[in-house]
Amino acid sequence: MSAVAGSAALRDGPATGAHETRADIVVVGAGPAGIAAAVRGAEARRRVVVLDEAPNVGGQIWRHRSPGTLGTDARTWIDRLSRTTADVRRGVAVVDVVVGSETGDITVVAERHLGGVEVIRASALVIATGARERFVPFPGWTLPGVTGIGGAQALLKQGVTFRGKRVVIAGTGPLILPVAASLTDAGARVILVAEQAPFQAVRDFAISLVAQPETLLQAAMYRLAFLRTPYAMGTWVTAASGTDRLAAVTVADARTTWSLPCDFLCTGYGLVPNVEMARFVGCTTVEGAVVVDERQGTSVPRVFAAGEISGVGGLALAVVEGEVAGAAAAGVARIDPVLVRRRQALRVVARRMERAFALRQELRSLARDDTIICRCEDVRRAAIASLADSRQATLYARAGMGACQGRVCGPALELLFGWQPGTVRSPLEPARLSTLSTAALAGAASSDAVHSAGS
Amino acid sequence: MPPRTSSSAAAVTISADGRSVRVPAGVTVAAALLELGVSAFRRSVSGEPRAPLCGMGTCYECRVTIDGVAHRRACLVTVAEGMYVTTATGGEERQP
Repeated sequence: MSAVAGSAALRDGPATGAHETRADIVVVGAGPAGIAAAVRGAEARRRVVVLDEAPNVGGQIWRHRSPGTLGTDARTWIDRLSRTTADVRRGVAVVDVVVGSETGDITVVAERHLGGVEVIRASALVIATGARERFVPFPGWTLPGVTGIGGAQALLKQGVTFRGKRVVIAGTGPLILPVAASLTDAGARVILVAEQAPFQAVRDFAISLVAQPETLLQAAMYRLAFLRTPYAMGTWVTAASGTDRLAAVTVADARTTWSLPCDFLCTGYGLVPNVEMARFVGCTTVEGAVVVDERQGTSVPRVFAAGEISGVGGLALAVVEGEVAGAAAAGVARIDPVLVRRRQALRVVARRMERAFALRQELRSLARDDTIICRCEDVRRAAIASLADSRQATLYARAGMGACQGRVCGPALELLFGWQPGTVRSPLEPARLSTLSTAALAGAASSDAVHSAGS
Repeated sequence: MPPRTSSSAAAVTISADGRSVRVPAGVTVAAALLELGVSAFRRSVSGEPRAPLCGMGTCYECRVTIDGVAHRRACLVTVAEGMYVTTATGGEERQP
């Protein structure tokens, strides 16, 4: 077993046997893209199994504790999924995937959070693992009280009450606005929303959206909802301070810096596609996104990718891509041309947004020598700054060798030093030893497996 | 047996660092702990307190011990009646 896998393997829990299922299509991820793929696959009379880590379907954007809190779109898709024969397994983490030769099985091994192993064998795989937040390291970013904006949104939906808490939101792009609005609605005192992009970039992007009235309207509504909150453009957080938890942040703009006491700092510096599983099975990626064809097919036959992993583009695009991927995985010959046109239009908007909210240079130099970059292994900037690439950072300084397997520090290393992420290895998530032995028995660890193409 | 009220019907009892507490049903362990004022979920390898960062299972900062199983991501597990949770705040040993 490799050093990375060894380090990630956690203590053995109560062992239970593996549960095997055969399917036509296995979908990994039950966010909008995964749900749409599963619906289209199942409606084409294929046996579909869907796997997701969360306690409920919906992914991040459609996260909910009770269906009553969902919007119309989300409820429609989730209801539609529940009316199909798709078999949805929640609360499982995929630890290994083997794509067999031409006609062989695609085997997916997943571990239940509190014990038990699932083995799914299918003939097509749809990867819809979504995106995570990009974190920019700065002094104090490891303090309790500092979260991502998506993290704050998720915790709110999980049951955290932010009532009366002083919250600073710092980041970039339209995603920070709805989070500011929902925290305000929950009773938080959002004392500053700091948008790092300059006024001109934000204005130009807003103007470019005129062709998409619903998006513009939505943004304006959110803006109204927290009108009393200062929204400062060309402004960013340089440091967080506190002893055992966050007490204050330092804010900067082009002219000056100032200190602001607060209870929570929520940062949102854009999204990073979760391409680890796709890269692991050998899918080609360009600039951190999985390369897909017209049918959402990847470079690996029978493996499809949909949603944020094939390029961050938001909810509407994820649903369209999921529909296409599900139909394609089911072997549907002709993809609905309406879907294809819609996909193209949404991709154009996504690229425009990416340009408007590019991260400013100052954010790359906030971390000082003693600032932790890899939070799992507490690797500080000084320990890696003189190295050549992320492979050296891992081998010499242990950056990326902890539980998150470089998912947080990998994009940070890319931002700070321009280093590309290292090789993805099995297990994809830290797993119990009993799970790893089941994975080996399931054939997932065989040395002739095609997935070695990824390394 | 205490009389059941409508609010207790939507709640479960968990043990958090040895304290028996009623928490709303359906919340995650992470949410329950934050609401109880726990700020150090785990201690990092150099001893720093850590708490949820991503809220979605990516960062592994919210790891706690649930029903005796170490390193469970509190943001991915829903509370259940009788669940037994220990954190760094309650003296849980360091979790590398």
